[in-house]
Amino acid sequence: MTAVIEAEVEEPSTEGSWQTLRRGVAMTPEFRHGLGWTLLFALVATAGRVVVPIAVQQTIDHGLRADGGVDLPLVRRAVGFAAVGLILTAVSGYFTNMRLALSTETGLSALRVKAFRHIHDLSMLHQATERRGTLVSRVTADVDTISQFMSFGGIYLIVSLAQLLLATGLMLFYSWQLTVLVVVIFVPLAWLLQRIQADLAARYGLVRQRVGEMLGAIAESVVGAPVIRAYGIERRTGKRVDAAIEAHADATIRTVRVSSVMFSLGEVFAAVAVAGVVVAGVLLGVDGGLSEGRLIAFLFLVSLFVTPVQAVTEVLNEAQSAVAGWRRVLDILDVAPDVSDPALTGRGRPLPAGPLGVRFEAVGFRYPTGPPVLHDVDVEIPPRRKVAVVGETGSGKTTFAKLLTRLMDPASGRVLLGGVPLAEVAFAELRHRVVMVPQDGMLFDLSVADNVRHGRAALSDAEVATAFDDLGLGDWIETLPAGIGTRVGERGEALSVGERQLVALARAYVADPDLLVLDEATSAVDPATEVRLQRALERLAEGRTEVTIAHRLSTAETADEVLVFDRGRIVQHGSHAELVGVPGVYADLYASWASRSR
Amino acid sequence: MGSVLSAAAGTVEPMTETAATPSATDKGVMRRGMRLFALCIRGAPGPFALSVLGASVYAGMTIASAVVFGAVTDSVIVPSFRTGEIRRGALAAAAATIVGVAIVKALGIIARRFFATLMLARVQADYRRRLTRQFLRLPLSWHQRHSTGELLATANSDIESMFWPINPLPLSIGVIVMLVATIGVLLATDVRLALVGLLIFPAIAIVNWRFNVKVKPRSMRAQELRGEVSGVAHESFDAALVVKTLGREAAETERFKERSDVLRDELVAVGRTRAVFDPIIETLPTLGVLVVLLVGSGRVASGDLAAGDLVKAAYLFTLLAFPVRALGWVLGDLPRAVVGWERVDRVLRATGELTHGADDPPVIDTPARLSVHGVDFSYGDSPTLRDVSFDVPAGTTVALVGATGSGKSTIASLLVRLIEPSAGSIELDGADITALTAGALSRHASFVPQQAFVFDDSVRDNIAFGAPVTDEELRTAARMAQADRFIDALPDGFETLVGERGTSLSGGQRQRIALARALVKRPRLLVLDDATSSVDPQVEAAILRGLADSATPMTLVVVAYRRATIALADEIVFVEGGRVLDRGTHEDLMLRQPGYADLITAYDKPLDDEQADDSELERLESESVR
Repeated sequence: MTAVIEAEVEEPSTEGSWQTLRRGVAMTPEFRHGLGWTLLFALVATAGRVVVPIAVQQTIDHGLRADGGVDLPLVRRAVGFAAVGLILTAVSGYFTNMRLALSTETGLSALRVKAFRHIHDLSMLHQATERRGTLVSRVTADVDTISQFMSFGGIYLIVSLAQLLLATGLMLFYSWQLTVLVVVIFVPLAWLLQRIQADLAARYGLVRQRVGEMLGAIAESVVGAPVIRAYGIERRTGKRVDAAIEAHADATIRTVRVSSVMFSLGEVFAAVAVAGVVVAGVLLGVDGGLSEGRLIAFLFLVSLFVTPVQAVTEVLNEAQSAVAGWRRVLDILDVAPDVSDPALTGRGRPLPAGPLGVRFEAVGFRYPTGPPVLHDVDVEIPPRRKVAVVGETGSGKTTFAKLLTRLMDPASGRVLLGGVPLAEVAFAELRHRVVMVPQDGMLFDLSVADNVRHGRAALSDAEVATAFDDLGLGDWIETLPAGIGTRVGERGEALSVGERQLVALARAYVADPDLLVLDEATSAVDPATEVRLQRALERLAEGRTEVTIAHRLSTAETADEVLVFDRGRIVQHGSHAELVGVPGVYADLYASWASRSR
Repeated sequence: MGSVLSAAAGTVEPMTETAATPSATDKGVMRRGMRLFALCIRGAPGPFALSVLGASVYAGMTIASAVVFGAVTDSVIVPSFRTGEIRRGALAAAAATIVGVAIVKALGIIARRFFATLMLARVQADYRRRLTRQFLRLPLSWHQRHSTGELLATANSDIESMFWPINPLPLSIGVIVMLVATIGVLLATDVRLALVGLLIFPAIAIVNWRFNVKVKPRSMRAQELRGEVSGVAHESFDAALVVKTLGREAAETERFKERSDVLRDELVAVGRTRAVFDPIIETLPTLGVLVVLLVGSGRVASGDLAAGDLVKAAYLFTLLAFPVRALGWVLGDLPRAVVGWERVDRVLRATGELTHGADDPPVIDTPARLSVHGVDFSYGDSPTLRDVSFDVPAGTTVALVGATGSGKSTIASLLVRLIEPSAGSIELDGADITALTAGALSRHASFVPQQAFVFDDSVRDNIAFGAPVTDEELRTAARMAQADRFIDALPDGFETLVGERGTSLSGGQRQRIALARALVKRPRLLVLDDATSSVDPQVEAAILRGLADSATPMTLVVVAYRRATIALADEIVFVEGGRVLDRGTHEDLMLRQPGYADLITAYDKPLDDEQADDSELERLESESVR
């Protein structure tokens, strides 16, 4: 799975831009909502820009050159019509912008939420923890790229294309020969701009990369401050940062060398077009094909032609990164959850009431691209039994826990819970009856009480307090500045590691599960907290089936049964008393642990 | 980096508030803005001058192109159409002039853009360098008062916004030149047309400025909301295991949707502001052209104006419509720039550098002797340490033991002068550590903090920090830190890039690299602040054995929770509530300090066995003697 994701997440897909756009619009129907009207408004909004050249032509040809002097009423009429046109244009412009902003932002917010929900269903979220940052950017940075493009580039693109179309139409109406001339002059510009844009995109990419490196280097000088002070490496660190700052400045300057030339090209080509039109226009006009007003109007139109050509090439370039962002979001939506809820297909089965027994039948597991991590695990855990799972890092004990809670499905064999195959239990039922307490607490930046309510939503403050009392933690709660109302900070950082675990235990307690899976913490805990933890754990486990991934063997000593994992197999099982005297993996683990923990 | 970035995004808030109310101090903003401009210009006067020159050429040529347009109309187009006779020479000259003017104009654009960016890149790099120097110079106590996110935001977004209006500044100066020239040309042509210009151009600049002022706080608020949305996603994905096993996916999605919807509403509001202003800004110059036609036709009818002059004036309005907006950009971004500048300046003005003495005792091969005399320390108002005194004889190991928050880590930081005591002194080999030259202390003492920090660099450089260290020394240090085996297993061994963008390491691996870093210097004093907390207990035991076996004996001060670590100590300093409650051997303290006994025995109650404990201590001691 992990490798598949990496390929999908990181490698450029071969899918074309149009395909992505079609897929994206299909996935976010909000975009299409009222799009026809929006486009109509956009067209009207652009029409205003050609009003002026027409007014100029009318004024010159019919107003100023009228028989018998200047025809002022005609000029007033022309200007009046043009002014009405302008106001219509402005109003249409407002509606275009407004409608586009509303439909795109609504659509993108929906897309964001959809991707967020979907990612929670993917097991890579807990399998490949190092990818989490990447997954966050799917619902943030990537969607933002689309949003930013839509709000600036999208409108710009539509309006520019419409302007190009209208200007060409009007130019054709005035003189097809001159139109051909202008187009012929602008074709190489469009081609050139396209080429430069591609080069520029690479340069901008480098700038972005250098920004990241520079900020990383500066961050080191802040985050690493204690180490830098303690080792007296200020100069060395300063030089590293300087190099990164310099590299960023260089990349920026290298970019502007190209972009400044690019932005000046339009001027030159426009002038060539104007000069060409003047020469050709005079030649044509004198031969009787063109009026003087039409020629001058035409020259105004040429300037209406330059801006969109420049805008379109620029925006198309930006569109590339928006399309790439969109593609990354869609690709994540395409990844099918590898553990699916049977309730979705109406096949969800309930679990029997009361504490749950567990049975593993010839269970094997491997990550798609990796070697097997679990082989032929057969084990039966009766209800209410306290089981400790021990083994070295990488022995398969964590995989065992993940299969038990159906965070993953086995590659072979099956897991039964209370006699029901795990794959047939509806998630709502499963998550209600089986609760896992992870190693590091995993708290949210909320109050202690609100964190506990993650276990059961509709609890009153009094009930939360009672839960802590039940676990023998009432005295600890009193030591907190605001009791159960105390905010735990980002990732629970206002609390110590051990205290976070206390909250996690209370959270599991209020969920009232029938099978409790505990992942014991490895990091050292303040002894006073340790006592509280042990006491709370005992009370929490009362009357439930309990499976503990044990990192300290004192847990194994007090368990009813110990499962000893070694290289993906259960190599021993029995009580501590039975196992400790027999030469083997457990006796070795115990001896090594005992020697260092006293 | 993720958390650092989201923290950075979170700190935008105070800036928004200040920037949202610029009108209250508009005058002040203008004055300070002008001072900011002066500052930037002084930072790179050459590029600035060239950029303004480019902008002026651009401005001149823009006017020239309209004048040429008018002239071509009057002297080539109109006569040719009227007489039906083409003067080829004049036609060719007209074409050449049009193209020539455009080429000069293009050169002006290139010069303006290139040198403006060059100037910006230079002053920005300069300020970032100064800021980093300051980060590196200021003491740790200053760092502790400022969040990482806040400082990074200053180095990143505050510097960005501070210089934001600088890039269009040369263009704006060019535009002012252009406007003055235009009004001049229009005045020369016709006073009434000039009046139209005097009305329309300032109107464009003002509307654009109002737009920037209105939209800026909104888009900054949107940026802040993006940070919040990202924060929810980070938190929720980090806690994926809890979300999933408690079946909270729907509730989490609801929470995310709520933030996402707020962001959407803000972005739609930005869109609405844009929707109102964009068409107005677009329409104004066009309206100007129509007024010119209306007024101009009257003037042509009365014989005061030539047709070519009318065309020229109309063309000028079309050309100027876009550049005039640049004035609005500069003015609109000014309040934000001033706020950014103030925040940068606050860091640059911060003082509190550590003072150093002139002593630089030679680094000898024997362990250091350390003594702490009556040290007080406080964070803010509340005292953290009171009258802390203890001695660490050369070559011994002292463990600092105490409950969370008792002040152990603070003592450890004081020993290596990361922070300064508010009273009392700390002596190394009898000399006050404040009397040492900068960098001298770090040649004698190594410190390993709780949070192991790994630089974005190779494993080798993370351990040696560029010091001339042989492979043998590097390997020995790594072996002692129990890091050699996992380093060898890395793709490029010691040359593997680690840190933010390199191979990711576990917490325990990071701590072992940090330890190797301390050991490679062969310190005479090693201070470990709970430095092996994330290391697997088995590995930790091996590290401790290695330290005890070390060929170069050192004085060791450790902050520890684990019994095995505590067992290593010759003497325990028992700390409670910022005071040294007692000192003595583990056995003594177990007997006479009930608080100490509780703390220690609590750790592994079911297995507590005084006998085994003693034998372990003896074993370690006998090993360290060997």
